[in-house]
Amino acid sequence: MIAILHAPDLRSVNQARGDLMLWYTGKRLLQMIPVFFGATFLIYFMVFSLPGDPIAALYGERPPSDAVLAQIRAEYNLDKPFIVQYLLYIGNFFQGDLGTTYSGRSVSDVMASAFPITARLAMLALAFEAVFGILVGLIAGLRKGKLFDASALVVSLLLISVPTFVIGFVLQFVFGVQLGWARTTVSGAAPIDELILPALVLASVSFAYIVRLTRASVSDNLNADFVRTATAKGLSRPRVVTVHVLRNSLVPVITFLGVDIGSLMVGAIVTEGIFNINGVGGTVFKAIRLGEGPTVVSFIAVMVVIFVLANLLVDLLYAALDPRIRYAK
Amino acid sequence: MPSKNHGAQPHFVAALEDTPLVAIDRLDETAKARSTWADAWDAMRRRPTFWIASGLIVLIVLVALFPTWFASVSPTQCQLSDSNGSPQSGHPLGFTFQGCDVYSRIIFGTSASVTVGMLAAAIVTLFGLIVGALAGYYGGFLDAVVSRIGDIFFAVPTVLGAIVLLSVLPDRTPVVIALVISIFAWPQVARIMRGAVLTARSSDYVVASVALGVSKFKILLRHVIPNAIAPVIVIATVSLGTFIVAEATLSFLGIGLGPGTMSWGRDIGEAQTSIRTSPQVLLYPSIALSLTVLAFLMLGDVLRDALDPQARARR
Amino acid sequence: MGIVAIALASTGALALSGCAGGTTSAEGGSIITTNGTEPQMSLIPTNTTEVGGGKIITSIFAGLVSYSATGEIEDEVAESIESEDGINWTVTLQDDWTFTNDEPVTASSFVDAWNYGALVTNAQGSSGFFDNIAGYSDVSNTKDDPTGATDESGAVLQIPDPLAETMSGLTVVDDTTFTVQLSGAEADWPLRLGYSAYSPLPTVAFEDMDAFGENPIGNGPYELAGDDAWQHDVQIDLVTNPDYSGVRTPANDGLTIVFFASFDAGYAAVQGGDLDVLDQIPESALASYESDFPDSFVNEPAAVFQSFNMPYYLEHWSGDEGKLRRAALSMAIDRAEITDVVFQGTRTPATDFTSPVIDGYSDSLEGSEVLEYNPEEAVALWAEADAISPYTGTFDIAYNSDGPHQVWVDAVVNSVKNTLGIDAVGKPYPTFAAAVDDREASALTGGTRAGWQADYPSLYNFLAPLYQTGAGSNYEGYSSEDFDTLLKEGAAASSVEDATAKYVQAQEVLLQDLPTIPLWYQNTSGVWSDTVSNVEFGWDSVPLYSAITKN
Repeated sequence: MIAILHAPDLRSVNQARGDLMLWYTGKRLLQMIPVFFGATFLIYFMVFSLPGDPIAALYGERPPSDAVLAQIRAEYNLDKPFIVQYLLYIGNFFQGDLGTTYSGRSVSDVMASAFPITARLAMLALAFEAVFGILVGLIAGLRKGKLFDASALVVSLLLISVPTFVIGFVLQFVFGVQLGWARTTVSGAAPIDELILPALVLASVSFAYIVRLTRASVSDNLNADFVRTATAKGLSRPRVVTVHVLRNSLVPVITFLGVDIGSLMVGAIVTEGIFNINGVGGTVFKAIRLGEGPTVVSFIAVMVVIFVLANLLVDLLYAALDPRIRYAK
Repeated sequence: MPSKNHGAQPHFVAALEDTPLVAIDRLDETAKARSTWADAWDAMRRRPTFWIASGLIVLIVLVALFPTWFASVSPTQCQLSDSNGSPQSGHPLGFTFQGCDVYSRIIFGTSASVTVGMLAAAIVTLFGLIVGALAGYYGGFLDAVVSRIGDIFFAVPTVLGAIVLLSVLPDRTPVVIALVISIFAWPQVARIMRGAVLTARSSDYVVASVALGVSKFKILLRHVIPNAIAPVIVIATVSLGTFIVAEATLSFLGIGLGPGTMSWGRDIGEAQTSIRTSPQVLLYPSIALSLTVLAFLMLGDVLRDALDPQARARR
Repeated sequence: MGIVAIALASTGALALSGCAGGTTSAEGGSIITTNGTEPQMSLIPTNTTEVGGGKIITSIFAGLVSYSATGEIEDEVAESIESEDGINWTVTLQDDWTFTNDEPVTASSFVDAWNYGALVTNAQGSSGFFDNIAGYSDVSNTKDDPTGATDESGAVLQIPDPLAETMSGLTVVDDTTFTVQLSGAEADWPLRLGYSAYSPLPTVAFEDMDAFGENPIGNGPYELAGDDAWQHDVQIDLVTNPDYSGVRTPANDGLTIVFFASFDAGYAAVQGGDLDVLDQIPESALASYESDFPDSFVNEPAAVFQSFNMPYYLEHWSGDEGKLRRAALSMAIDRAEITDVVFQGTRTPATDFTSPVIDGYSDSLEGSEVLEYNPEEAVALWAEADAISPYTGTFDIAYNSDGPHQVWVDAVVNSVKNTLGIDAVGKPYPTFAAAVDDREASALTGGTRAGWQADYPSLYNFLAPLYQTGAGSNYEGYSSEDFDTLLKEGAAASSVEDATAKYVQAQEVLLQDLPTIPLWYQNTSGVWSDTVSNVEFGWDSVPLYSAITKN
């Protein structure tokens, strides 16, 4: 009788929760619009403010005549005031034209070749740092002060203070040159197996963050009331650890992973350089050096969308990890 | 209050003041209620790790402030004939690629590196903490605005922002570099703090405080932040190290510290040339960096434990 | 751990969609793999000004002549190039050359290509290479606004039509003959013609130059391997051109130029067996390449000159005081030690303003002792200058940190500091654009890195563009009447020997004035794996690809 009375209520509660989630997601997606305009405007302005004339620099120490330079500047709208350049870019953007690089390639082509490779690399690195980072952090947190914890600390310190180029160089030399287990440099198609080594290098610093974060959260939560209650209830230790401790420890870790996607994609310049990967980081870096507004802005516009979506996903995961967290309003 | 009841029956139990119980029951009415922060300080100073870490940090700060106390050889007198040379008397760690004394370069580079690392970590942590806490605690419109501004800042590639900012700014002092790094790094801390505050604000003691009628802001300050700060401390301490390395990257790109300024990061970056033949040149500045990070990691750990009431109770 | 599952799922999906562009160059006969960089522009000969595109253009096109390993010209399409006076030249072509689309290579293929390259409205980066042909000023200048000046708001004025569409100095006589009239006598004009900007173009190019640049059709020893041979930012696949009959007939089946963002990555690739030939050794491997590749490396002087300029507009650096200080500076630098330690012998100390691989190079110019390390004399000259006006402040040398300059700039300023006892530092600019901006605006605070890689093997090419009054690459604005006169006399000399004598005298003027302080010549330094043989490098530091054989 009671169950029958309660069933519709529960369903409506779930229904309401689902509606709230949809509404929340929709609201967040709408927020993308001002973020898109804010970010593109800011970045276009920054590229515009870069010191030096990008067109003259294309020709190194052998500048062609001023008339030739002026004509090329006009071709890329560089002769117009900043706001006109930006509006022209945005106008073309919404017609599907992302502009061209100074080498005459369409920016959408450049994006189509760089983004898939970077996405594979970043996801692989994210998977590595998440799996190994959480695992090592969990064990270190459970055995705080023991040998494993101390070793994890030493490894983290090493990864923080030894720069990426050294880690990359050493792994490339050992596995690529001496053992011959992996290709030294990644081929054009960049299949997953060739990206394993670069992904490990790319994940190294974030791995240190995640180990420390997980360890801190786990050791905090071990003392929490709900864990004592669960232990007192007679739950097995593995169950207590995975269901109660780990789950409640993941909120900061998941937040970090969400934020880290950006640095893994745009910030992979050094790793991409070592393994000669034609990815987003190197392309954006090169475009910044050349002062190619449309290339930089188009890439970053995509990155902004990825950020907002990743952060949205993280916020939705909060509720799944910790039922007490509610969507605002 | 001693009682002097003459007409009454004599006590058959000892007067309260004569029993040891008085010590237990006595309430020090003049004492102020102890804050979480004061409790934390008490807990912290009882731990040896705290003193080891603090000692190390004091030493590092001393080296940064008074490098001449620790090294007598000039770090800028470099003879190419000593390039990557091995240690000799007066030069305990040998020479860099350019033939400068490794030991005194590390000593004299401490100031810039530690300033960049500590200042950037402090700014990022404070600003990120405040912004993230407000966004997570009050939610709604404030959260939306702060989080989306964070997204925009995080989307700007640091290299681009740094080139633009540093070519506008006249002097590339360690303070300026720290500011530039901070501008692009705060959203990370803000988001972590926001997530932790979201968890903390729905916990039982916050609900209880609300029921007791404590003001919202006081709850944030007294209960939510201390309970949400653990992950931020971790990020801050680890970031301190990565910011010192970030300075190296900026210098490597020609947008770091001004010409002639010494730093560990710069030495680490320059050792790239010698990585195949003389890796020891890279080793020493990395060790200095590791020790600094280690000191702050330990301090962060102690502070985190001290702020966690359950962990404190157990000890 | 939901995020991990999602991550792995999407990774799989991307892997499937991303595999389409894969190539394997390991199989398929004797294809040589070598390093390169993504061409900065589409592959049009007159618009290719940098090394990355240049080595591809040179491989797929054959001009009138090409250069041997030592920089002598050898006839390709040319039968003869003759002149009585150094002004009027008659070019005769061999009649059996074709482009890879079977179109014959005729006099028009050259004349049309050169006219296209020179015309201002085509905005070609190499247009300046035609500036000595009669009529160039009419195609390079526009009717009302010859300078491309800007209006008050900074916007560039609209470019009006040029005065003429073609250069009057170029005349097609018949299919295999054309004449060239130069605007002034130039005895060694044919020496230029091996440069890639002088390549012929087929008629199909002029129909749609942009499309042509993506898929160029040439007449060289190699051709593009199909429509998608150029994978942008990854590599370009070239195969041998069966119809090619010039002096560079390939001994291999093809060439895959893999684009590397850094020489470090390329070096690791050769070590790991993923690349055959690397044409430059990264800084980090300079100390170890001889032991890593004991039997397969090269290290010999090349046509690259490196120096730094001290602008005349700076206080203390003009007049007699400046002259003294420049000489002191030059003698304060221990070039031998720096090339030995910093570059591990992959640079050769400079004794002139050109390069040892160029005909007419001399290591005994009058006054060249100013290029030798002489600390006592340096200190004495510096003190003499201080007597005129005492030097204060920090001395700096500007460089762009997007190139590999920091290490040697630091070594040079240390040498100056140690010898002269002044404060000296390197001053990095984040990009080449930022550095050149300050050079053009005369806004330097000290010296600036300079350098020159020759386009064609001639003394003139090392001198005229850099030090002639008003020349395009004379950023610091050096101007000397004596030098200009000697250069003009050299260009107009009736024989190469007479010309060389004038250029030597011109350099002796430079040694007096030191508008640039010569440092060293960059060597050709490369390594290759044991999978290839017969690796020889040209005068321009690029391997002679056609001669390489696969073992």
